[in-house]
Amino acid sequence: MIKTGAEILVESLKAENVEVIFGYPGGVMLGIYDTLFDADLRHILPRHEQGGTHAADGYARASGKVGVCFATSGPGATNTITGITNAHMDSVPMVVFTGQVPTVLIGGDAFQEADIIGITRPIVKHSYLVQDVDNLAQTIKEAFYIARTGRPGPVVVDLPKDVMAAKTKLKSDTKIDLPGYHPNYEGHPLQIKKLLKVIENAKKPVIHIGGGVIISEASEEIKKFSEKLHIPIISTFMGIGAIPTDHPNYLGWLGMHGNYASNTAITETDCLISIGTRFSDRSTGKIDGFAPNAKIAHIDIDPSSISKNVTIDVPIVGDCGKVMRQIFQYIDSYKWKKNEESRRKWLQETTEWNREKPFSYKHSEKVIKPQFVVEKISEITNGNAIITTEVGQNQMWAAQFYKFKHPRQFISSGGLGTMGFGFPAAIGAKIAYPDREVFDIAGDGSFLMNIQELCTAIQHRLNVKIAILNNKFLGMVRQWQHLFFNNRYSYTCLECQPDFVKLAESYGCVGLRTDKPEEVESVLKESMQIKDKPVVMDFAVDREENVFPMIPAGAALNEMIFDKR
Amino acid sequence: MRHIISILVENKPGALSRISGLFSGRGYNIESLSVGVTNDPKVSIMTIVTKGDDKIVEQIIKQLRKLINTLKVRDVTQIEHIEREMFLIKVQALPKYRSDIFNIVNTFRAKVVDLTGESMVIEITGTKDKNQAFIKVLEPYGLIELVRTGSVAIGRGNKATTDFTKQDTKQI
Ligand SMILES: Cc1ncc(C[n+]2csc(CCOP(=O)(O)OP(=O)(O)O)c2C)c(N)n1
Repeated sequence: MIKTGAEILVESLKAENVEVIFGYPGGVMLGIYDTLFDADLRHILPRHEQGGTHAADGYARASGKVGVCFATSGPGATNTITGITNAHMDSVPMVVFTGQVPTVLIGGDAFQEADIIGITRPIVKHSYLVQDVDNLAQTIKEAFYIARTGRPGPVVVDLPKDVMAAKTKLKSDTKIDLPGYHPNYEGHPLQIKKLLKVIENAKKPVIHIGGGVIISEASEEIKKFSEKLHIPIISTFMGIGAIPTDHPNYLGWLGMHGNYASNTAITETDCLISIGTRFSDRSTGKIDGFAPNAKIAHIDIDPSSISKNVTIDVPIVGDCGKVMRQIFQYIDSYKWKKNEESRRKWLQETTEWNREKPFSYKHSEKVIKPQFVVEKISEITNGNAIITTEVGQNQMWAAQFYKFKHPRQFISSGGLGTMGFGFPAAIGAKIAYPDREVFDIAGDGSFLMNIQELCTAIQHRLNVKIAILNNKFLGMVRQWQHLFFNNRYSYTCLECQPDFVKLAESYGCVGLRTDKPEEVESVLKESMQIKDKPVVMDFAVDREENVFPMIPAGAALNEMIFDKR
Repeated sequence: MRHIISILVENKPGALSRISGLFSGRGYNIESLSVGVTNDPKVSIMTIVTKGDDKIVEQIIKQLRKLINTLKVRDVTQIEHIEREMFLIKVQALPKYRSDIFNIVNTFRAKVVDLTGESMVIEITGTKDKNQAFIKVLEPYGLIELVRTGSVAIGRGNKATTDFTKQDTKQI
């Protein structure tokens, strides 16, 4: 059958079971959009391409499927950069299609020409410039395959206008041809046995899980493993949700604003079993002080993550879930009784630390504490909502005080720390799960960065809830200025801000506000009554509340500082 | 430590810039880079000489392997190998010095490939050290220009360079 490039694109997306495209049209995209007009594919128009990329990202994180974006050439394409980088840093599967000027004009500084392949080279898993319509179907197939397999990531496909208009015979047996791409899923049995031997001899082992555990859906195996051997579990920020917050063996999350028990356990462990994590600096603190007494084993699908930041004693390259299942094949030939007593004692000791020093704050009757709002959201949603966050204090409080129950429930920009991520990501998550509650826990600064997406949300009647922890500051930056720059609040005060209630209403959304602690619950409850549109809640919180514990930049995990008040 | 890395890479648009960009983006240094098509027109071979401690070189190799278009990556310095680089040197050659220069050229087994008026072009192939020594000796006559290919290297023995495995490294 003879088809145009645009038609092949549509067919290919259907073949990949794409449910939704987050796209924004433009000059070179006219042909594609004309084909989309009567294609049976859901298309969401964000109000800014950055919003589109974050929505696709949120959709992908919530669902585990590949997020898809369209953007036009030049400015449309460059607007996707932050979203692509964000997905790259957090290993989110995404395919971003960008329009490009006709092939004959490429390189001539044509109108709305940008070398998007060049610009995105360091922030993609891979990219393609399609120069011949005959290669289009295969390219799209490869793009999706690369995005979702191995360590997932974003793939950019650049589509020149003439290639999309050109016609060709669509073959039915498109095959991928990637001779240099073979992700390794199975762990090496010898290494797995080595790992088990190390654990057998350990008295204070710790399981340390990252976002990879969520991606590879290894939570159940890890729980089982921990319960069988009585080993405490710590997650990274990206691993939050992999294990329920209230699981008896779960200590919490480590790092800059992580909890006392986690950071202390890492410092004291003699055997760290790291699974699906990349040892980011925010999670390790000073490298010399990271698990200084431990033999470290690392299971990860990306060989380049192994021994990159922390030197690894037992490397295992493979898919976390697969390797965990392999572990269970061998597990019974080891002498677990030998150190069981020590392990039980250690587990008890570490969980005790959590009782001694949990995440905490001082409640107030006079002014709303931001942590209190998060606690209330957690209560009212019964720990079942999908929580997205912006970046800054709001993000840390959401991570500290929401009691998560499931993987893929906590969606936050970890690697890039992108303000403005949370709200469009909430839109994407809501599209993936229309029947679930979705909350964006926001800061007043961040929310303004993609506020235009209120229009997208209302257009599609998406019932997402935005809880602004409004401190009228760029709170996290102010906190650093408070702690390390002598309270010199240089350009972090946001006293000039819109009336968020009226702003929400002007879009047709619901706006609610309170500055009274006793009203927090009723405002949240009121928001839960609304089912057919976005709700913006403006909580005027204690302006100078700080996030604790905190590990100052460059310090080790056991050098936590706590609230002095 | 100086390392020579051999990379077999698919001959696809942008593949080279992904590799060179990886070096600049991650702050790895490149002493030299040379590239050419292999016997298979769909595959190129690239030789990169870099400097770094073992940890960095391990990362470089892993990052290179991670690229979708790379087929094989091998640290050639870990196996027995032959390294060569070619220089083309334009040197001043006044008639009275010509026979001296010819003598030097012969000693180093270099080759005079052009002789025009008061200059000559010499081709020399060898290790970087040998070539550099040659330049030192020629310098007093007046170097006009130096063009070099960058190092290429090949493993000794029956296997193709990029087919050597970790075990081979240990044996050697
Ligand atoms: C796009 C972007 N710009 C700047 C920063 C640096 N930054 C990190 S946190 C923060 C403050 C965020 O303020 P707000 O959204 O009000 O959240 P709060 O910390 O007050 O909860 C800033 C400016 C960033 N992370 N992202």
